[in-house]
Amino acid sequence: MLLGRNAASLFWLARYMERAENTARLVEVAYRISLMPRPFEGHRDEWRSTIVSAECTEGFFAKYAVASAETVINYLLFDRDNPASVRSCLDTARRNGRAVRTALTRDVWESLNSTWNELAQIKPAQVKADTLPGFLDWIKQRSMLFRGALLGTALRQESFYFSQLGSFIERADSTARILDVKYHILLPRSEGVGSAIDTQQWITLLRSVSGHRAYRWAYRDSDYEAWNIAEFLILDNRMPRSLSFCYDWVVESLDSLEELHREAPACIELARATRNDLRGKSISDIFATGLHEFLEDFLAANNKLSSEIASSYNFS
Amino acid sequence: MATVFNEMLNADGSVRPPWEKLNEWMTTQSSPELKRKLRQAEAIFRRLGITFAVYGTAEAAERLIPFDVIPRIISAAEWRRLAAGIEQRIRALNAFIDDIYHRQEILRSGRVPTDLVIRNAAYVPQMAGHTPARRVYAHIIGTDIVRVSVDQFYVLEDNCRTPSGVSYMLEDREAMMYLFPDLFARHRVAPIENYCAMLRETLDSVAPPACKGEPTVVVLTPGIYNSAFFEHAFLADEMGVELCEGSDLYVDEGYLWMRTTTKPKRVDVVYRRIDDAYLDPLAFQPDSMLGVPGLFDLYRAGRVTIVNAPGTGIADDKAIYCYMPEIIEFYTGEPPLLSNVPTRRCSQPDELKYVLEHLDELVVKEVHGSGGYGMLVGPTATKKDIEEFAKRLKANPANYIAQPTLALSASPTFSNQGIAPRHVDLRPFALTGDQIRITKGGFTRVAMKKGSLVVNSSQGGGTKDTWVLED
Repeated sequence: MLLGRNAASLFWLARYMERAENTARLVEVAYRISLMPRPFEGHRDEWRSTIVSAECTEGFFAKYAVASAETVINYLLFDRDNPASVRSCLDTARRNGRAVRTALTRDVWESLNSTWNELAQIKPAQVKADTLPGFLDWIKQRSMLFRGALLGTALRQESFYFSQLGSFIERADSTARILDVKYHILLPRSEGVGSAIDTQQWITLLRSVSGHRAYRWAYRDSDYEAWNIAEFLILDNRMPRSLSFCYDWVVESLDSLEELHREAPACIELARATRNDLRGKSISDIFATGLHEFLEDFLAANNKLSSEIASSYNFS
Repeated sequence: MATVFNEMLNADGSVRPPWEKLNEWMTTQSSPELKRKLRQAEAIFRRLGITFAVYGTAEAAERLIPFDVIPRIISAAEWRRLAAGIEQRIRALNAFIDDIYHRQEILRSGRVPTDLVIRNAAYVPQMAGHTPARRVYAHIIGTDIVRVSVDQFYVLEDNCRTPSGVSYMLEDREAMMYLFPDLFARHRVAPIENYCAMLRETLDSVAPPACKGEPTVVVLTPGIYNSAFFEHAFLADEMGVELCEGSDLYVDEGYLWMRTTTKPKRVDVVYRRIDDAYLDPLAFQPDSMLGVPGLFDLYRAGRVTIVNAPGTGIADDKAIYCYMPEIIEFYTGEPPLLSNVPTRRCSQPDELKYVLEHLDELVVKEVHGSGGYGMLVGPTATKKDIEEFAKRLKANPANYIAQPTLALSASPTFSNQGIAPRHVDLRPFALTGDQIRITKGGFTRVAMKKGSLVVNSSQGGGTKDTWVLED
């Protein structure tokens, strides 16, 4: 038996831990680009484009006129006005974690709580160009520690499956949004693909979902190809950040809940429909109907599933 | 002021027998080593999230209650005396509450003034005529006890509403066992870790008449922003019961239910950690968002047990406190085993006059206050403090009581100046259900500042582990 409110807290706890890691990864990518030699004439706008990828444009420009390294790093990592900043995510994650303290194992709680405590000691001014990479690594490691503590110590009971749902819905959302923001660079072009600038952008895209090395292993024989990259991040269920992979786990978690409750939740239909859609499609189908349209539909369905889960399981 | 009794020492400076082994050990400890242990303990507490939100400070502020690594020792004989006194008191308190909400014999006998009870803000008229399971009202009582000499203990307060601190008692012990296993090997320290099991047994034993079979117990918390939230979660976890907020519970078809991810689950016993006023907006404060609408009606109908019962505050009210000796004699037929602190009621003109003339030597408290807020400690107050306090006192004398400044006993404590005596009090926890269960230990609060008598955690006081020795 699990209180509906506790199920909600577990779901959001996992979502926000995942989001903290995704935000850190976006900053990492921008930072790497900023270190590269300027490829062509014209100003570089990696920091601005990071704000766009993080979907923080409105909040950010309400506060700052210019997207510089300093303002973007501060806004995405430390700013409590930004609900997606790493600090806000960890605040929210811990607040949810405290509320369900009794449903967490000691290891999961301690990983969460010590991360929050350590972050509280870090002042934005301490994170400069030379310390930024170490700090971003630290955030990713703490997120992985949390995930490891969860996978390694949590009983496979209701509470576990709600945190799984939170993780994978958030991850699917993040991958789809990043793809959507960059969808134009994946579109087939008449003048042919593979220019230096395209390759660079594709690598960046892969890095922002930690898929750069994985892609090289999965597609050993080919160069960077827009279609392969899109296929890899949408349909390849070997890739743990792909939409398909996420939805296999979403459906599996809901199946496990159904088994425990001996009752199918209303939301399971939508989850299965989305998963089946991903399984039944090829990448050429997706490009035929339009990548952007596909991603928009996916994001809407994913969002809808999140609220259907909330109402199926009495989150409030 | 009388000389301070150092619990470790006899008047001639020799070490009292229960403390001998600990004293020996203390002489072998260096300050840097103890400081290292203290840091270790703090790291443990912070990692576990045993933090304390201090009202009136920034929201983000989460502080640790200062912890002292030197345990406090209570001998087996001293404990027997305390336990007998506590047991007598809690029998009297429950009998008093039962009487107040039924026949009111003590009021009719004239031993306690009727107005003082009936007009008291802590008196809950809706409780009149209700008899809860086993006629128990105050299931969990934390009795605040101070010591002033080798054989004189005083009860400062009987906390009959929702006493807190038990999680510190338990976690302080865990930390000490982790830090100083060798010390435990050298002493016969009475275990306390069965507290949560006893609490669960107590709660199960007071299930309402409507409950057949195994009762479902929940802990009801105001939520994560409450300063004692850690304790609420801790107790629920240790008992293996759900920790609920008001919004998780609802009344339907004459029973109490909790909202789960699937079918609602019936609830029989609510160990609530929210005040009476917020329990049920239909019965008490109508704008409360913390409680459960309709809960009180169910309670009166015997469908659910509320622990502690609403209206127990009448027994720990500071104005009633002065009558505890009479209350104990009235219901037990025995003289009190533990003394009250002599207390003056400022509502009486001659007492008020005395208090105003002696503010610099008295402790003056608000009748309904707690947590060390709104009190005056005469001997340590500035002239300006006293003048301002006198104004408030004159404006509303009935709101205050005054007591002599007790020379609270001191116990060896690790401070900036090494190990030095600091003032302490003691809150043992007693559970009442099918039987009375008193944990052999308690929550010792210590004033970390030299000379300070204020031990409240909200005012910078700390805690230390309390060792009741076995024979």
